[in-house]
Amino acid sequence: MPSSTDLDRPDPDPTAVPRRDDRPVSDRGDTVCVIGAGASGLAAVKNLREAGFGVDCYERETGVGGAWNWRHDRSPVYASTHLISSRPFTQFPDFPMPDDWPDYPHHGQLLSYFERYADHFDLRQHVWFGTEVVRVEPVEGDRWDVTTRSTGGYGPERTSRYAAVVLANGHNWSPKLPRYEGLEQFRGEVMHASSYKDPAQLRGKRVLVVGAGNTGCDIAVEAAQQASHCWHSTRRGYWYAPKYVLGRPADQVNDTLLALRVPLRVRQWLYHWTLRLTVGDLTRFGLPKPDHRVYETHPIANSQLVYYVGHGEITPVPDVARFHDRSVELTDGRRIDPELVVFATGYLPRFEFMQGRVLGDEDGSGKPRLWLNAFSAGHPTLAVVGLVQPDSGIFTISHWQSVLFARLLTLRGTRPERVAAFDRRVRAGLGERYSAKVKDSTRHWFEVGHADYLRALQKAMHELEGSK
Amino acid sequence: MTTTGRVRVVRAWEWARPERPVRREVLAAVPEQEEAKPPLLFVPGFGHGAWAFAEHWLGHAAGRGFPAYAVSLRGHGGSEPAPEATLRAYTHDVVQVAASLPRQAVLVGHGAGARVVAHAMARYPARAAVLVAPVLGGWATFGTALRRNPAGTLPAVFGAGLRLNRRQLFSRELPDADARRHVARLGRAGRRAQWQLLTGRQPEPAVGRPPVLVLGSPDDRVLPATALTRAARRYASAPLLFPGMGHDLMLDARWREPIDAMLDWLDKDPAPTAG
Repeated sequence: MPSSTDLDRPDPDPTAVPRRDDRPVSDRGDTVCVIGAGASGLAAVKNLREAGFGVDCYERETGVGGAWNWRHDRSPVYASTHLISSRPFTQFPDFPMPDDWPDYPHHGQLLSYFERYADHFDLRQHVWFGTEVVRVEPVEGDRWDVTTRSTGGYGPERTSRYAAVVLANGHNWSPKLPRYEGLEQFRGEVMHASSYKDPAQLRGKRVLVVGAGNTGCDIAVEAAQQASHCWHSTRRGYWYAPKYVLGRPADQVNDTLLALRVPLRVRQWLYHWTLRLTVGDLTRFGLPKPDHRVYETHPIANSQLVYYVGHGEITPVPDVARFHDRSVELTDGRRIDPELVVFATGYLPRFEFMQGRVLGDEDGSGKPRLWLNAFSAGHPTLAVVGLVQPDSGIFTISHWQSVLFARLLTLRGTRPERVAAFDRRVRAGLGERYSAKVKDSTRHWFEVGHADYLRALQKAMHELEGSK
Repeated sequence: MTTTGRVRVVRAWEWARPERPVRREVLAAVPEQEEAKPPLLFVPGFGHGAWAFAEHWLGHAAGRGFPAYAVSLRGHGGSEPAPEATLRAYTHDVVQVAASLPRQAVLVGHGAGARVVAHAMARYPARAAVLVAPVLGGWATFGTALRRNPAGTLPAVFGAGLRLNRRQLFSRELPDADARRHVARLGRAGRRAQWQLLTGRQPEPAVGRPPVLVLGSPDDRVLPATALTRAARRYASAPLLFPGMGHDLMLDARWREPIDAMLDWLDKDPAPTAG
């Protein structure tokens, strides 16, 4: 099969090939196009190559690592970012991280891990760096026209025709900014967490951090140590799980219970009981009482937030009601006067190079409607990899999604009846969830329980290959 | 031995109870000039350490342009002691070292090290694998060992170390002094790992469809020739045989023949297995 490295392959004759918008379309035969060379894109390139496919991967930046490469302008990581899922849950299942690394590695270690992965499996030769994707359009025969140009926008656009496409462009780079009355008049500094890179940005200031995701909690903890004061605004009460329980990473203890097939209700009871023993009554610290059971919102792993609240370095406050020119009014009527407001309010997915309906986004809300968060009805040669928000690491999931897609593409030539059955399964299962009941918000659009999700993916693989 | 046929995505116990890190001995011989050949990772069998490959094979492979590495499984050679080690821990050691190499590695397992390699192939997409005199386990292998070396095998049933004698490991061509020297260096595998060789879970399917070569000697006094054929058939090939050699092909008098055959096979860049 041809690949980007098949230098012997002659360029197609421009008069004999299809044209699009008055430009020749370069036919890439059985080659698969992968968009993005972050963790998910690299896994897709490696697994498709392993299955024998030629691969062209387009990466808008000049290096691998995506969100985990802090040099990239779309990277959300900041100087002190560490993993929140421990190593066994985070690493690719067939390329472990060094076992002498800490339980929760630093983002710099993550980047070196991806660079080693790319070099170990010789993936860089398949990546077109500094190239962004402008349009992805389905054409006849379940094939795809992919139009690219250099990231700077100079030079002509090029269109190539591919047998299949993998979207691995990530979903944690387009900031979701909340709307508040009076925000435009506010004289203080306002930033989204995506722009936060270094604790020096907080030093000596009165800081308000809005949002109780893992990033919001991490920044609040940094502000507690650097800022002159920190307010942490959350809309509701959350469960703040420590990173260690019984001297072990909390997710490993949790998965011991999963391995023992302990039912959800019992796990919730054990979790509540453990938190009562370790953290105690959150309302005593001035934090709001959680209005839900654990596992019903995305888990927050932070051992330090409650500690700094207890030291008076973080003042928990409710949601923001409105902004004034020099102060912020809270929903309980209080007024505070921050100099800097950090919105750790999350990200929204963006597929600006593709029409929403291709991904099942019929109402234009921006939320794709897929099966297994990866497969779109009516487009059997398209897969989205890494569009998940698991209660664990993403890379294991991206690996198996791309393995499943590679096997699906392999079977298209040899076992069409199995592929047809898979397609029926995609249509029947659009929008299926793989988690406990979660709150209905954009934050939980892609929420999956890692064990439930991977079990569903394993079942899909066995059904596809007829080894039920 | 057969593999279990289904891919296992959910590995709850491995996530919940990951292996403890240990200090591992890795010996290496790298070519003077980079020749873009895949690195080889030699995995010794029970009782052996990386030293078994450092004697002849590492240097010879490097001389032919292959970066060559040998790992001592935990509790063996110069690696950290680990009396309670399991097959899973040994597999972890191999995958850790393989993933630390600069490029996708060829795994070469000798003796029971071949069983460890078979497990490792389900956890790491090896470029290729070579099973040398593979002791893949099972009761038939145990029966042969018991018949040929009852004094060395029987105590192992009750938790002692499996003891192999000179006649099992080497041909008569190897000078006595050399044979004595090698036997004196033998250690022992963990009790649990020894048991798992008989009773443990079968390896899962290999990832990445690596081509596999099996080689051994029909005069091996540890492994019956039928076991060699069975191992090769499992990977859809026939074994390459080196008559007149003992079980430890890498240390025997004619050590050059099997390593040259293996490197010739790799030079031909074998294709991935079908499927």
